[in-house]
Amino acid sequence: MTEKPTKPRVGLFVTCLIDMFRPTVGFAAVKLLEDAGCSVEVPRGQTCCGQPGWNNGDRADAEALARQTITAFEGLDYLVIPSGSCGGMIKVHYPKMFEADPVWGPRAKALADRTWELVSFLVEVLGVEAVAARYDGTVTYHDSCHGLREMGIKDGPRTLLRSVGGLSLTELPGAEDCCGFGGTFCVKYPEISTQMVENKAAAIVGTGADTMLAGDLGCLLNMAGRLKRNGSGVKVRHVAEVLAGMTGEVAPIGDPTGR
Amino acid sequence: MHPTSHDFKDNARRALDDVHLQTVMGVFRGGFVDKRKRAMERLPEFDQLRDQARDLKNHILENLDHYLERFEAKVVENGGQVHWCRTPAEARETVLELCRAADAKTVSKGKSMVAEEIGLNDYLEEHGVVPIETDLGEYIIQLRREPPSHIIVPAIHLTKGDVADTFREHHTDLKPDRNLGEARDLVNEARAVLRQKFIAADVGITGANFLIAETGSTVIVTNEGNGDLTQCLPRVHIVVTGLEKVVPTLEDASTLIRLLARSATGQEMSCYTTFSTGPRRAGDLDGPEQFHVVLVDNGRTSLLGTEFHEVLRCIRCGACMNHCPVYNAIGGHAYGWVYPGPIGSVLDPALIGLAEAHHLPNASTFCGRCEAVCPVHIPLPNMMRQWRFRESEQKLSPPALRYGLGFWGFFATKPALYHFGTGIAMTVLGLLGRAKGRFRSLPGAKGWTDTRDMPAPEGGTFQQRWAQRQRKAG
Repeated sequence: MTEKPTKPRVGLFVTCLIDMFRPTVGFAAVKLLEDAGCSVEVPRGQTCCGQPGWNNGDRADAEALARQTITAFEGLDYLVIPSGSCGGMIKVHYPKMFEADPVWGPRAKALADRTWELVSFLVEVLGVEAVAARYDGTVTYHDSCHGLREMGIKDGPRTLLRSVGGLSLTELPGAEDCCGFGGTFCVKYPEISTQMVENKAAAIVGTGADTMLAGDLGCLLNMAGRLKRNGSGVKVRHVAEVLAGMTGEVAPIGDPTGR
Repeated sequence: MHPTSHDFKDNARRALDDVHLQTVMGVFRGGFVDKRKRAMERLPEFDQLRDQARDLKNHILENLDHYLERFEAKVVENGGQVHWCRTPAEARETVLELCRAADAKTVSKGKSMVAEEIGLNDYLEEHGVVPIETDLGEYIIQLRREPPSHIIVPAIHLTKGDVADTFREHHTDLKPDRNLGEARDLVNEARAVLRQKFIAADVGITGANFLIAETGSTVIVTNEGNGDLTQCLPRVHIVVTGLEKVVPTLEDASTLIRLLARSATGQEMSCYTTFSTGPRRAGDLDGPEQFHVVLVDNGRTSLLGTEFHEVLRCIRCGACMNHCPVYNAIGGHAYGWVYPGPIGSVLDPALIGLAEAHHLPNASTFCGRCEAVCPVHIPLPNMMRQWRFRESEQKLSPPALRYGLGFWGFFATKPALYHFGTGIAMTVLGLLGRAKGRFRSLPGAKGWTDTRDMPAPEGGTFQQRWAQRQRKAG
């Protein structure tokens, strides 16, 4: 019990999509954090960050979920999350949501100040410069909108990807263009969303990369879904899977499991 | 213009199926984005200027009454007149009366989005005054009887070929076999036709990019010089503009001018920046005999102090739509009213009602690019979000969405139930999707699976597997 207190206590916010669709990303995050010297906990009181309600007019449910999240992560040194979008929700939007609330306002702000997207946390807080992983392939990277514009994630993933053995990184033209996912947008306006993801899919295929990475599962499901429908063989993965060296544990997104 | 924003979904679908429009938008995409980027790189203090402009606009909105009254006093001092109009109808009538008092048959017009907003052209025509648009893009769409599809490039949805066809159809006194193959031919023809109209016009109507309180001047920026002819040649100059355009000083106008063209087209300045200060004075060589400013409110002041207050900072550069992936996919007409793109998605519900325009603030992925490029830092996505709150309160959003969100809220605020339920659901879905790794169709997810596969979940949730790991670790 003597050396334990020096390890930062990190609460992992798994996000509902990763919890349900891609648990391996959660374990990749755990591995990266533990390798970097953190003690990782997964508060059981977490579910969804509340972004669907917040972005679709349901303020009451969004606030209830925000309060639930704030409570679940109090007492931990950090909240780390493998998603720029849900991360932006907690870091940028929770404080706005409770701006005028004397009780929840300060609690939201306190959590926001301790909230980090996974890769930024590794690079900017823990000073990680390289990971001990190998991936033989040419990968390209899409900058998900909220991660880029709300959380300022741009160089971090590229820095760590360059340290992966066997990996060559090729830039995606229009990497900062939205893929057309947009949460409920993709089902509210499916035709517009399809046009946007088709542009994205064409750009990905155009790079000649065999693997497509990003840091947000919503965008990844959207891009993988379109690439697969088009018959493309490009493999799609969350960036954490590659950085943690866990690509052997699960097939790429949208590919058959249990080969 | 009769709004069709309530048909946004159908409008968008038609736009996406329109091969011609898609070709044109394909050419447009990215052009202004690159030009703005280069202009920004050439001006190291660009971002500082944006902050300055935001603060300036905030100050003006806090003191709008003061600056507008100063502006009016100066206009009157210079021999002009200001007409305060609460509604589009008041503004149209005011302009018509001024035209009638001048015994006007034809009116030359510089580009003005506020004139579009109040439906000025149709109204003048119905009452026997012929308005002639003199901005090339506006002239083309006026001939075609179309609304603008972009606030600074109104005919962006057309090709050179379309314009040539339009000119052949309307300029019937010219030789039918003349060459209209190049942009230069089209410009020369428009110039020749319009020159006669400029000379014949009794009244010139322009918009204004800025109104300057300390001098009583109105400012327009153009690239064609048509605005100068419109306001100098006729006997009467009428400026039709929104009252949020006022700025305190010449220096302030220059701050905003430095941002405007760079944000819009990537130019350092537009070709012409024209200041109009009152009618012709004794000894002036030219200029109008009368100078009128029609200040249109049309709901603007009712936004002051609301969650939409900051939208009044807008200087109408169009950068938000140039950078918007939704605008770039469907073009401007699909939005169904005068202002398209992100600024329209915030402004239109305020101007034509949320019931009519409720789709527009929903037609965004919240990618945030509009806010990132806005020269006056308008938080456009957050304002669209505020409209969505109102839409939901007024039960204008689809019932299925509201029930779905209600269910999600109920379920997700009960972590134990949630972890149990998602555990079962993902185990089942994981097994069903295991062989192919994805679904080609899923009940209730047609919008997604019509055009893309739905990747299958791994099977079981992270929370289930984490709990197992914790048990093993003991």
